[in-house]
Amino acid sequence: MPTVTAVVVGAGHCGLAMSRHLAARSIDHVVLERGEVANSWRTQRWDSLRLLTPNWMTRLPGWAYRGEDRDGFQSAAEVAALVTAYAEASAAPVVTGTTVTSVRPGGPGFEVDTTQGRWHARAVVLAAGTTRAAVPVLARHLPDGIVSVPATGYRNPEQLPEGGVLVVGASASGLQIAEELQLSGRPVTLATGEHVRVPRRYRDRDILWWLDELGVLDERWDEMDDLVRARHLPSLQLVGRTSTLDLNALQASGVRLVGRFAALRDHTAQFSGSLPNVCALADLKMGRLLDAVDDHAGGRGERPEPTRVGRAPLAIDLRSGEIRSVVWATGVAPDLSWLDVPVLDHRGRLRHDGGVTRWPGLYVLGLPLLRRRRSTYIDGARADADELATHLLDRFLARRLPVRREAS
Amino acid sequence: MSTITTSPVDNGVNVDALLDARAALAEHPEMAQFEWRSSVTWVNGTHSRADITGFYGFTEEQEHHTTFTFDADHPLQFAAQDNGPAPVEYVLAGLGACLTAGVAAVAQQRQIQLRSVKATVTADMDLHGILGADPEVRNGFSGVSVDYQIDADATPEEIRAIVAQSQKRSAVFDVVTNPTDVTVTVS
Repeated sequence: MPTVTAVVVGAGHCGLAMSRHLAARSIDHVVLERGEVANSWRTQRWDSLRLLTPNWMTRLPGWAYRGEDRDGFQSAAEVAALVTAYAEASAAPVVTGTTVTSVRPGGPGFEVDTTQGRWHARAVVLAAGTTRAAVPVLARHLPDGIVSVPATGYRNPEQLPEGGVLVVGASASGLQIAEELQLSGRPVTLATGEHVRVPRRYRDRDILWWLDELGVLDERWDEMDDLVRARHLPSLQLVGRTSTLDLNALQASGVRLVGRFAALRDHTAQFSGSLPNVCALADLKMGRLLDAVDDHAGGRGERPEPTRVGRAPLAIDLRSGEIRSVVWATGVAPDLSWLDVPVLDHRGRLRHDGGVTRWPGLYVLGLPLLRRRRSTYIDGARADADELATHLLDRFLARRLPVRREAS
Repeated sequence: MSTITTSPVDNGVNVDALLDARAALAEHPEMAQFEWRSSVTWVNGTHSRADITGFYGFTEEQEHHTTFTFDADHPLQFAAQDNGPAPVEYVLAGLGACLTAGVAAVAQQRQIQLRSVKATVTADMDLHGILGADPEVRNGFSGVSVDYQIDADATPEEIRAIVAQSQKRSAVFDVVTNPTDVTVTVS
């Protein structure tokens, strides 16, 4: 039965960043991967997807983008290739094709069961990503004949029948999928709840450049006024290209907006009457962000138009033939069904303090705003993994090992 | 030299108590389960009287400090006795009161002193619905609008943000804008 000091679950950018930092501290470890390196980048992304972050922000420990197109956006395939090359360059101890089926207390700390046998480890780092589509319960009650696809299973418009599509969710994924489907000739209705609106570029800079410049991306989890709210903020309405994709642009291309998909009654989809307010909230929040940019830079940039909200239908009969398919862009969540350590709250969410769980030796990486706003992006893994590796060594291993750490 | 003194912002909302309650709920989610109640007794014609005394919450039975009584009726123009506001008008009053409570709470939390707040709540309705004269017309409102006039130590943007946040956290706004399961039984 193999024993290591640390098991890292998941060989995506976070797990590999952690591996790099563990190796730098001479902590023996293994990275267990259910599929191939960068698995979800290969299997859970639609064909046209590009990273929301520009190339200059694609940084990993000991690696940074050095190409010509610093302001470009990589495709999912390019990200998969990059992460794979990074794993090779790091000589990371990755074991592929090994699905973790249980992590529980036992042995020297944890017993980690996999499809390829059991590992013993003193510490476990969960870096399995957010691979589970968070689809609402009402998806189960759609009338027969309506094709239903989560964004993680969406690839391209040809996958869906001709005819109308209801896209549920107006964050980055929902907006991009809605645009692509509308352009494919499928009339899109976009169910729009709370969202975070930003222009792609402002005052000749990418919005993420400004967020970096203003220090917003480095705002820490333990200094947030309302961490729960900040962690549940929907993803920025962005697309990996230099032009802005917002609700106004979608409406100009023919997409119809409705409120949040609130309920399904007798085959009729019911939409919230809160559409004007969620748009007002998003416009006001964007205004405050751009005010902060202007305060920082001086002067005032050209502001996007307020979101146009017409009279939206409150109900659509799903048997009328108007809607032939539904795409659920309602977010993703970690799949922790195999985690048998009592660190979940009453709703099954992992409780952690900046990636440190209450169970000694159990850590998590790669969740939104884990330790800083930057954690939400690939670029956040560097510092998060560094700090958690330090915690693992100094606050966990060193306190439990009766071994002196020698000064060098 | 002059000294600028600022009095603490006080809109009469104990925001700390609300935040303490939210923190307590994180440890004891069962405390958050509430049941609101009203008992309505028919008087005569379209006149009814609603009594509101108790509710359940924080894991036990709770009482208002007194029983509140509300008469509801319909206007003389409906061939009724006008012994009280129409039920639909109670909905408007409830929506306006809920949003306005939210405005005060949000302003308090954002350290903005309110001087006056007035909401004008209006609802459009096509009587063809409740009279059963046109099956295409719904019984309820075809639309609701709320217009706020607010005097406060804040910019117009800040005031708009308070009003938007209040809608986001309002129970009655949610009740009015979203479907709710309603079960009516006869005992």
